[in-house]
Amino acid sequence: MNRRQAYETAQRRRSLTVAGISTAAVLAAIILLVPLTPGWPQVRASFFDGGVFAQTFPTLLRAFLIDVMIFAWSVPLILTLGLAIALARGARAPALFPLRIFGAVYVDVFRGVPVVLTIYLIGFGVPGLGLPRPWNSPYIWGTVALVLTYSAYIAEVLRSGIESIHASQRNAAICLGLSERDTMRYVILPQAVRRVVPANMNMLVALQKDVALLSFIGPVEILRQAGIYKSLLANFTPYVVAAVIFLIVTVPATRYADHLLNRDRDARS
Amino acid sequence: MPEAKLSLRSVHKSFGGNHVLRGIDMDVATGEMICLIGASGSGKSTLLRCINQLEPIDDGSVWLDGQDISEPGLDLGPVRRRIGIVFQSYNLFPHMSALENVVLAPRRVLQEDGDALNARAEALFDRFGLAQHMRKYPDQLSGGQQQRVAVIRALAMRPEIMLFDEITAALDPELVGEVLNVLRQLRAEGMTMLLATHEMGFARELADRVCFMDGGVIVEEGPPGQIFSDPKVARTQAFLRTVLR
Amino acid sequence: MWKYLTTAVLSTALMSGAALAQSCSDGKTLVDGKLTIATGNPAYYPWVIDDAPESGQGYEAAVAYALADAMGFAKEDVVWTRTSFDQAIQPGAKDFDINMQQFSITADRDKVVDFSEPYYTAPMAVLVRAGDGLAPTLDAMKEMKWGVVASTTALPVVMNTIVPSSSPLVYDDNANVVEAMKAGQVDAALFDLPTALYLSAVVLEGGQVLGQFAPDATADPDHFGMLMTEGNPLKTCVDAALATLKENGVLAGIEAKWLQEATGVPLIK
Ligand SMILES: Nc1ncnc2c1ncn2[C@@H]1O[C@H](COP(=O)(O)OP(=O)(O)OP(=O)(O)O)[C@@H](O)[C@H]1O
Ligand SMILES: [Mg+2]
Repeated sequence: MNRRQAYETAQRRRSLTVAGISTAAVLAAIILLVPLTPGWPQVRASFFDGGVFAQTFPTLLRAFLIDVMIFAWSVPLILTLGLAIALARGARAPALFPLRIFGAVYVDVFRGVPVVLTIYLIGFGVPGLGLPRPWNSPYIWGTVALVLTYSAYIAEVLRSGIESIHASQRNAAICLGLSERDTMRYVILPQAVRRVVPANMNMLVALQKDVALLSFIGPVEILRQAGIYKSLLANFTPYVVAAVIFLIVTVPATRYADHLLNRDRDARS
Repeated sequence: MPEAKLSLRSVHKSFGGNHVLRGIDMDVATGEMICLIGASGSGKSTLLRCINQLEPIDDGSVWLDGQDISEPGLDLGPVRRRIGIVFQSYNLFPHMSALENVVLAPRRVLQEDGDALNARAEALFDRFGLAQHMRKYPDQLSGGQQQRVAVIRALAMRPEIMLFDEITAALDPELVGEVLNVLRQLRAEGMTMLLATHEMGFARELADRVCFMDGGVIVEEGPPGQIFSDPKVARTQAFLRTVLR
Repeated sequence: MWKYLTTAVLSTALMSGAALAQSCSDGKTLVDGKLTIATGNPAYYPWVIDDAPESGQGYEAAVAYALADAMGFAKEDVVWTRTSFDQAIQPGAKDFDINMQQFSITADRDKVVDFSEPYYTAPMAVLVRAGDGLAPTLDAMKEMKWGVVASTTALPVVMNTIVPSSSPLVYDDNANVVEAMKAGQVDAALFDLPTALYLSAVVLEGGQVLGQFAPDATADPDHFGMLMTEGNPLKTCVDAALATLKENGVLAGIEAKWLQEATGVPLIK
């Protein structure tokens, strides 16, 4: 160990100790003080009932699978459509002007309307036109609503990424004889996408939570199931269970995304 | 129809109200090396960009091997792949290794096959002393190395003519030499070249012809010996007095 | 039927009504010798037919006259008045002795007003689209796609009594269930009978109440009570009269006539 490493090790040990002690102090304060508050027994009974926790956990976990499924098939659709819209908005050729207008209107509409409204309008409205089962399923049209809304957001994020790539990159590609398409595909997009990964990760975390809004049009996913248990058992613990399940999934997912980003960055320095 | 490799006939270009090129006539013969000199803002970069149609010209014409390549509506892909250009700021693709930067266009545009293409690219890297840096990313290379990769990238398209726009201007002085050596090498191989430069010593050493630009026109042109030692036009004399001191 | 009932009620009144009148309601009503009964504005089917309670037609109108009789009031001593639903459940002085417009007895309301013993227990009923040709049998119901409102007791009935083959869809409120029915996403929905009747008549075009369950099929059914001012001394008389009507089967007769036969909603077996 050289001098610098020794210094850094000592520094790290010191800050870990400080962080450990302060975290422990705060936790201890919470654990010791909160139970002293006058309302704690009621709060514990209605939010942290161990029996209710154990009773509802398996069903809620199963209901969460519905959220995961909807999420899983939404994401590729959202990314594909978002990319298409972003490209439509960036179309340069004069002949593609209508496409550009369409892209702009699309983004304005679906970013301007709250997700819940889109879910209601599409989830009830489109099937109401007279589609036969199973094509009128709230799962299908709820997903469509999510895809429409989120692809508008993703399209904007992607477009800002595309626009942030300096024109000289495009010029360099064009000068090599690459077509507009290849320039976009091999030069601009890979850089733009990399640049907007963090923003898109935030979108996906938000999506994972918004999937629960599909419960408004019928599907009994985790939030609805928790609500049903709440009515049935007159206890809020099922909501705490749902929150815990969400955290178990979203925290590692965001950490993993951060890790991928860091690895990507480290690989090049 | 002009018979030179590359010909410009009374080329005009404006940006808004700024009339940057005011009637440029020029012929470049195969294997010739021409240096464009002139004060900052005199239109050297604009001229180079107008040649490969990165900027559409307003009036006049540009001819490559007897074909009018400034004709509006012409498919420019096939034209541009015959004209290599290297910029002052390298413009390597940062998300690709040096090798990937070089093989992208030959693969996509010339439809070259993977193994043969890689071998050819490696030979190019070897030729310009960069074989050991081939797998690195641009931000792991020095400015001089990046600029040489940019030259290799252009050369990989087997261009018939190369345009260089002050490719040493952004480099630290000690790195300028390695890039100029690349140009010497190309000169020796007989590449047709047109370069805008502030390196007067280099222009004097290698150019077949030197063109002095001022105010959007070519004020004076001739062999370097004559331009540098015996300029005829007052503006050329004034310019050279300020740069050669 | 009406004639028969009236005769039955009258004869009951002759036997017990006079005695009750003397001991009970004397001096306790708003106007001496008169019983002032409030209904909705407007009052509607099947509770009051044609918004004319004086006719004694409709479930609540019929119960009102039977009750008046049992309490010793002649038909012409019954005075009708109108109140809005919300106005009636506010605390304070009232211009009626008793108010009948499908008030559910709840603990919250009981704090500010008085309720009689229940005169009606709302059973669960099945709302469908009339055109679907569905049969009111348990077997047929197992194959239907069900929709229910999350906060009601309908979900346990669907899950435990009907046990459908595909999981029900769950919604926030009645309007959403109806919307899902219009969209063809659910075949049938479970409400209490009054709600189902209202939805089929007013909200869901082409709606039909397919059948009703016996009240005891529901774990925690809605009870309708007659509303009086808080601490009204008349309450004991009303409760005594209601007990009589339950004992002698008059109440059941009125219910069969106006809420099963008249509405055409058969009992599901
Ligand atoms: N894309 C553009 N839009 C507007 N004006 C431009 C553009 N490119 C160049 N110009 C203008 O054209 C003129 C000539 O610029 P140009 O870059 O060709 O000069 P240069 O001779 O290359 O100068 P330098 O030696 O500084 O590189 C300048 O006045 C410049 O501002
Ligand atoms: Mg320039």
